[in-house]
Amino acid sequence: MKEKHGMTLIVRTITRISVWLIFLYGFYIIFHGHLTPGGGFAGGVILALALLNYMLAYGREKTENWININLLHDMESASAILFLIVGILGIAISGSFLANWLSGGKLFALFSSGTIPILNIIIGIKVCAGLFFVVWTLSIFHIEEEAEE
Amino acid sequence: MILYLLCFILLLIGLYGVITKRDLIKIILSLAIMEYAANLFLVLFAYRKGGTYPILEEGREIAMMVDPLPQALVLTSIVIELGITAMLVALAVRLYQKYNTFDITKIRRLAG
Amino acid sequence: MVEIWLIFLLLIMIIASVVAIEVNSKLSAIITLGIVGLGTSLAFLFMQAPDLAIVQFLFEIFAIVILVRAFINPTKHQDEKSGINKFLAVCTAIVLLLIVWQSLDMLKSLPEFGNPKMDTAQYYLDHGAAETGSANLVTSIILDYRAYDTLGEVTVLFTAILGALAILRVKSKKKVEVSE
Repeated sequence: MKEKHGMTLIVRTITRISVWLIFLYGFYIIFHGHLTPGGGFAGGVILALALLNYMLAYGREKTENWININLLHDMESASAILFLIVGILGIAISGSFLANWLSGGKLFALFSSGTIPILNIIIGIKVCAGLFFVVWTLSIFHIEEEAEE
Repeated sequence: MILYLLCFILLLIGLYGVITKRDLIKIILSLAIMEYAANLFLVLFAYRKGGTYPILEEGREIAMMVDPLPQALVLTSIVIELGITAMLVALAVRLYQKYNTFDITKIRRLAG
Repeated sequence: MVEIWLIFLLLIMIIASVVAIEVNSKLSAIITLGIVGLGTSLAFLFMQAPDLAIVQFLFEIFAIVILVRAFINPTKHQDEKSGINKFLAVCTAIVLLLIVWQSLDMLKSLPEFGNPKMDTAQYYLDHGAAETGSANLVTSIILDYRAYDTLGEVTVLFTAILGALAILRVKSKKKVEVSE
């Protein structure tokens, strides 16, 4: 019975600290996507893996208290629309869909290269929310199956 | 040439698994192998002898960078691959719940 | 040098994929698939694609977690064997060998390894940094020159996840109706 609600005290204590470090790394990868290897896809998966780490260590119920699952679902849907909005703003400002309508800026600066960092952040949110949501739903199924038996 | 051939063989091993296996898990794994081989094939085209990674830094030259275009295509394809794998896993799990087996020959209604 | 490493890696991956397809235990098969995926990641690293190496590495871990979570039930012993149609297997193997034999000419006609055709890519390399301001040229392609591709990719990911949710959710709705 105890295993269903997460792992041992050692794992939980380490997870409580390490989850924030993984988050930090994920955000670093996303924000520096236009300067270093990485970007929205890699960073999004790192964030999803951090949430997954928390879920495996603490079990479903505590995770449900920790993060708002419905908010995650909304974020996933909203990020798709945000991507389109950025593209349509390109039509309004620069004349073509998904045009880079912000100024390029200095080459190696963090805030540079126009819409690329914005799109990176949007993709990061989308990948993170979407992948974690799939795992979450799969785990719901697992518990229901056990309850049936 | 030998690299292309090995990569092609990897793809065909995946195809062999998809055609002959009856276990749903094995079919999903074979499909994943095919996807890896396809991605690898695209990136093999991009490599330039003695080339370097296509990321600018201060003081690096553009002259000997590898082709960034197939890398960009494969980057999106990997993500789609994971989405498809997740969907197949969901389908397989539902089928197991209903028929209590992963064997596709025993899942009668799928046979049509 | 790179070529020798890649041949070595690809041989390991071929062996691992044969094992993954033929082994009986489900857990072993899934873990052996991990070897293929991580080998792909290493090969990307050898071919100077650090972006792809990171993404492939993370996605491999994620895929294995999903597969193990979904298919391996630690509380129940489940080891059903499913045989294969021997005749079909032999026929498939012969046909695939014929395909390999026939494709040798096609593979020879491809551009030699190490000398790619860089018609479009040379433009991206020369003008990418100046036109987009992004130091990472791969990012500048996926989010600026070919942002349509990424939009399509986002749509496909959205649809795939929506499909997975739709498949998984049927039962929980029914359950609610019954309990009401």
